[in-house]
Amino acid sequence: MSGMVQKRGFGHYMTHAGLIVGVLIIFFPIWLAFVASTVTQPEIVKPPMPLWPGDQFFANYKSALVSGVNAPVARMLMNSAIMALGIAFGKISISLLSAFAIVYFRFPGRKFFFWMIFLTLMLPVEVRIVPTFEVIARFGMLNSYQGLIFPLIASATATFLFRQFFMTVPDELTEAARVDGARPMQFFWDILLPMSRNNIAALFVILFIYGWNQYLWPLLITTDPSMNTIVMGIKQMFPSGDDVADWPVIMATSILAMVPPVIIVISMQKLFIRGLVDSEK
Amino acid sequence: MALLLPQLIITVAFFFYPAGQAIWQSMFISDPFGLKSQFVGFGNFEFLLSDPFYRASFATTAVFSGLVTVASMGVALFLAVLADRLIKGSGVYRTLLIWPYAVAPAVAGVLWLFMFNTRVGVVSWYLGNLGYDWNHVLNDGEAMGLVVVASSWGRISYNFLFFLAGLQAIPKSVIEAAAIDGAQFWTRFRTIVFPLLSPVTFFLLVVNIVYAFFETFGVIHTITSGGPQQATTILVYKVFSDGFVGQDLGSSAAQSVILLVIVGALTIVQFRYIERRVHY
Repeated sequence: MSGMVQKRGFGHYMTHAGLIVGVLIIFFPIWLAFVASTVTQPEIVKPPMPLWPGDQFFANYKSALVSGVNAPVARMLMNSAIMALGIAFGKISISLLSAFAIVYFRFPGRKFFFWMIFLTLMLPVEVRIVPTFEVIARFGMLNSYQGLIFPLIASATATFLFRQFFMTVPDELTEAARVDGARPMQFFWDILLPMSRNNIAALFVILFIYGWNQYLWPLLITTDPSMNTIVMGIKQMFPSGDDVADWPVIMATSILAMVPPVIIVISMQKLFIRGLVDSEK
Repeated sequence: MALLLPQLIITVAFFFYPAGQAIWQSMFISDPFGLKSQFVGFGNFEFLLSDPFYRASFATTAVFSGLVTVASMGVALFLAVLADRLIKGSGVYRTLLIWPYAVAPAVAGVLWLFMFNTRVGVVSWYLGNLGYDWNHVLNDGEAMGLVVVASSWGRISYNFLFFLAGLQAIPKSVIEAAAIDGAQFWTRFRTIVFPLLSPVTFFLLVVNIVYAFFETFGVIHTITSGGPQQATTILVYKVFSDGFVGQDLGSSAAQSVILLVIVGALTIVQFRYIERRVHY
């Protein structure tokens, strides 16, 4: 049907060729990092390094995971996982509750609270780092998971999203639940939550990646290497001064740092794209 | 009411209180040990706006975010137009191209640093063989180029997804009608496709500028640490380096407030645009 517009023959191959070249160029940095994580240090420091993987895969990854440079990378992976999951679950739960309150209950100052929460949409954590750091220090939350998580869930993107969604739920459902004698929280658990399943999953993907990829905040508040997250820990593995960096271990760590979010994005592609589109609206 | 409590407590403690502190601190000058501080009103702002380093950082940010936005959107649009021409298989390319989105800016920084490292970098080594002496540690332009490319790289995925969705939403009948009238591909693109894509393009423009302003900290910190001298010190980096490295809290807070105004303005632009789109 679309033979008129979509090219056949030569043009068709050119389209594929263009896309393949694009994909290859975009993939090259990742490929190179992977190769570097499978060869020995001398092979890298005497340029040019090989462009095909070597046989040190297990040695390098084991060395990174077990000992790392400042802290074992396995430990940093765990910290990242706790932080990312904490942010995703934490933000989704508090947002579900407050969106529920804002949409289904009438109480004084409801509008005020909504706008107060809405205001937070406008300020990324990067902008308020110094005072937030002081608050965390005063609560004694430096080098702690709470310190890593709380400031990053103090924003209302998710609340806003759930509010939009709850407003599309037909009133008849609420009425029916009330007639059947369901109390508000029962309605929330039995009807609203199951209905929001897809939205929650889509948001989870976005928030997990957001949390996993944080850099500045962990850099500031985790001075203890055993609390470093993997994404910020990589930079700490570079020696200061003139020493040569341990490239195979650093590159193995870089690969390990991107594997969990990449798996999530690829395996939940549909939900991920939906989450992107939703959270930017 | 109790349902709102968790969010309220967290937002007040970790958002409103610090944001208020930023505004409050921006009116004081404190000594390096934080023992005394003196009220100066808008003094910090006046000083900042006349400070050549701060102005330079503004210019750097403008150049940086302009280049990142144009580069990542340009490449993404090109790839999306190609993928949209395919009847089958665009899904495969989409899967391959969304990878870099999952890579943290800081990790992207390390990957690109590795390729262009002055001692072991593969790309810099081949450039050297071609007679080009690459050194982003000393050369301002090369440093800027490298952070721009590293920042744009991960962003291509995001822009590609939105452009592809936008292109696929354009009714094929419109384009076929033009094709029947004899319009060639480039003419069709220029006169029909691109104008119909303009809402997506405008949306991405705002989002990418915000990204370049705030989320590229990791790239800059891993690759150049703001150097050489101040050549890649964007505004967010300066808030960090003045506040945490230089311990000049008043100035750092004032810079936060200025950034706050900029994000506010960008957000308003974005919301107005969304409102307009809803009324279409």
